[in-house]
Amino acid sequence: MNFDPRYSGRSFSSVGTRPIRPDGVDKVTGRARYGADFNMAGQLVGRVLRSPHAHAVIRKIDTSKAEKLAGVKAVITAADLPDLTDGDAAMYDILDNCMARKKALYDGHAVAAVAAIDARTARQALKLIEVDYEVLPHVTDVDEAMKHSAPLINDAIFTEGLEEKPVKPSNVYKRTQYGHGDVHQGFAEADMIVERSFKTEQTHQGYIEPHACVASVNPDGTADLWVCTQGHFVYRQHCAQLLGLEASKLRVTSSEIGGGFGGKTHVWAEPVALALSRKAGRPVKLVMTRDEVFRASGPTSATSIDVKIGARNDGTITAAEATLRYSCGPYAGMWAEIGAMTAFACYKLENVKTVGYEVLVNRPKTAAYRAPSAPMAAFAVESAVDELAKDIGMDPVDFRIKNAAQEGTRASYGPVYGPIGIGPTLEAVKNHPHMKAPLKQNQGRGMACGFWFNFGGQTCTDLNIGMDGSVSLAVGTVDVGGSRASLSLVAAEELGIDYSQVKAVVADTSSLGYNDMTDGSRGTFSSSMATISAARNAIKVLRERAAQMWDIPVDDVVWEKGHAVAKGEKHGNLGKLSLKEIAAQSGKTGGPIAGHSELVADGAGVSFATHICDIEVDPETGSTRVIRYTVVQDAGKAVHPTYVEGQYQGGAAQGIGWALNEEYIYGKDGRLQNPGFLDYRIPVCSDLPMIDTQILEIPNPNHPYGVRGVGETSIVPPLAAIANAVSNAVGVRMTHIPMSPPRILAALEAEREG
Amino acid sequence: MAGVAVSTTINGDHVEYLCQPDETLLDVLRDRLGLTGAKEGCGTGDCGACSVIVDDRLVCSCLVLGAEAEGRQIETIEGMAHGDQLHPLQQKFLEHAALQCGICTPGFLIAAKDLLAKNPDPTEEEIRFGLAGNLCRCTGYDKIVRAVQDAANVMKEGSR
Repeated sequence: MNFDPRYSGRSFSSVGTRPIRPDGVDKVTGRARYGADFNMAGQLVGRVLRSPHAHAVIRKIDTSKAEKLAGVKAVITAADLPDLTDGDAAMYDILDNCMARKKALYDGHAVAAVAAIDARTARQALKLIEVDYEVLPHVTDVDEAMKHSAPLINDAIFTEGLEEKPVKPSNVYKRTQYGHGDVHQGFAEADMIVERSFKTEQTHQGYIEPHACVASVNPDGTADLWVCTQGHFVYRQHCAQLLGLEASKLRVTSSEIGGGFGGKTHVWAEPVALALSRKAGRPVKLVMTRDEVFRASGPTSATSIDVKIGARNDGTITAAEATLRYSCGPYAGMWAEIGAMTAFACYKLENVKTVGYEVLVNRPKTAAYRAPSAPMAAFAVESAVDELAKDIGMDPVDFRIKNAAQEGTRASYGPVYGPIGIGPTLEAVKNHPHMKAPLKQNQGRGMACGFWFNFGGQTCTDLNIGMDGSVSLAVGTVDVGGSRASLSLVAAEELGIDYSQVKAVVADTSSLGYNDMTDGSRGTFSSSMATISAARNAIKVLRERAAQMWDIPVDDVVWEKGHAVAKGEKHGNLGKLSLKEIAAQSGKTGGPIAGHSELVADGAGVSFATHICDIEVDPETGSTRVIRYTVVQDAGKAVHPTYVEGQYQGGAAQGIGWALNEEYIYGKDGRLQNPGFLDYRIPVCSDLPMIDTQILEIPNPNHPYGVRGVGETSIVPPLAAIANAVSNAVGVRMTHIPMSPPRILAALEAEREG
Repeated sequence: MAGVAVSTTINGDHVEYLCQPDETLLDVLRDRLGLTGAKEGCGTGDCGACSVIVDDRLVCSCLVLGAEAEGRQIETIEGMAHGDQLHPLQQKFLEHAALQCGICTPGFLIAAKDLLAKNPDPTEEEIRFGLAGNLCRCTGYDKIVRAVQDAANVMKEGSR
């Protein structure tokens, strides 16, 4: 198929409008079905037993008493999930994380599971399972874990990425390095250098819907899985491989999803539910409690980052360097590497070097969280950039504008940028009324920039035209925040029909070809590209049918504004045929009309944002209040601007929570002390102001409408913008996130004591 | 354990059920009565996703026992619209895109309905504190507050 994905600069009639989403009524009436809202005949309740220890050898598990309890239909341990990963280390880690095999590696690690006739029986059964643990020393802090004296989490880990393979194992899985030029030379040319160390604590994605699924393994070897996920096709692959099922025989249906933010891109409970169903011979519903969500799913990395940036007195950055240490949980990850790639991506630098270290700790396996790894790197870099601007006496916005990356800049992580939005977002911020608004006592203003790569990936879409002229769009990217509305708009745009004629649905794994998951801000970018392609294929069929109805050559038929039009004077007597009219005759002209598309959506345009934050600090208590917040971000083209604004606002709010409140708190025993929404406090309505947004549209040259992903970048600048605001309010540089009241008070006291 | 026989009114309909003495109203609604509009986000009364109104009082149904519903009047999200006619709050949530994933939406709508019943003309601050018992992780609350403000205006017009 000759699909041309290049930006065409067309004008729009549907794209850019703000209609009501197709799944909206179900969601305001309580009818929408999420992970836990589905039931099957004969369904059992699954529950998971979790390790209370941060690090322990599992000597023996005795399940006999639990098995004898009336109403218990299956009890499983790692023995019921044999290793079928065939040397695939990443899959083995997923398997081990789903059910601990030899060692429990964190507080909350699954060690056994039961299926019973009801929740009460399942809970009783868990208490009857006896696990004999040999408790080992543990380590939960990222810097402590790097020390030679730290307890070793996996003795098969020998740091990769070093010139020579180390002789001893360690908790450092890998070292990575990015950059170009000569930083040593660059720092020698600097008039002013800022060098600082920063820490960020671990946070959770905090989706309100806990992980939930219903699994049914049938006697004929087929299986069904209903699950809240960001990627049902990927879940199918992973579950099938871990269970030894044929992927084609496992049908996965994605339920409505109650928030994901990256956290629902990884299987946890689903292979366990399938294994329980296989053993019990009945469907099993498995829903995590909130405690389990915190202890065993998510979270993001905790980090420790050193930054050094030098500049000349004229404001030109001469060199930039960062060392980034990211916790991965107890398994290998690539989180520091992503941090190392994104850290300086906003800037045009001749000499830049970043080094990342992936660090194993006894905490849950790190999962993606909205622009994973970028917010922490941006916090460190943008804090240092602000300080450097101040030291050389430049306005922080002007300093960033002077050093901002442009089209043609070689990014610090390698590629050369096309048209990008960092400069325009900075110019917009410079001219924004927010920057000129007066501040009161104890208030401070901060701003910061952020970058995210964006992703495209494998995408498959079906567009079916009903005989009544309605258009059913089946997509394979899970809708996490309104993409069915955006994709319906795109189909309407391309076909030239009204939005109300189109309805997009998310198809299951047996109804559509493979799709990568909804991550990397790819949902609307990639599925809109596939939708445009599918619509163009359908238009080809529509033209053929019209030609047949008119009995003229198809080459004489063009498609204009939802109608087939016969071109040329010889066809002057022919009127137009609407999509509806052609569809109504389809039974007589060759049957159903459809357009299909399968593609790899390359060229996801990179994304930039700049945020402004005003904050008020109470110097006596250290408590903070965000009083004004503005997001400026490039969307390429905003397909449904209201949902684009929603992404900007939601990311900012999550960033505010991360910056000021949220953190995993571990006790000396290695147990998580705040696994609930009362003690792990995400922002509530009364914590926040309105969040103003400004959408810029710098078209992505690699998408027909210029679309870029918008979902993730909005969480990248807030940590730094708020840290800069707090630092400006209190006159002390804040270097540890979250800036909770005790940390702010401690910083103020340290300053007073000099 | 012997079940408790409960006779109650849900969304105006008389309902009878048997439940365990330690079973929450949320579990009864979801698992026994098929009313899955109320969601369990935490089970500890911290997120408000399971909000229902019991005798004109906003509660987290995860903190109420099923047995306590005896003789009460309970309102859930399933009873908010009248036939085809959405409640103004439901309509304004749609128009303002005050939901992204939508899991918190039933709880917010019930809480907002309770708020406007007690305070038909709330300020922004009163809305923010009135809805502070409900967690939303997607929207940053901006569009929720605007939807509630707009619905309050429409409802005031309607009652004139």
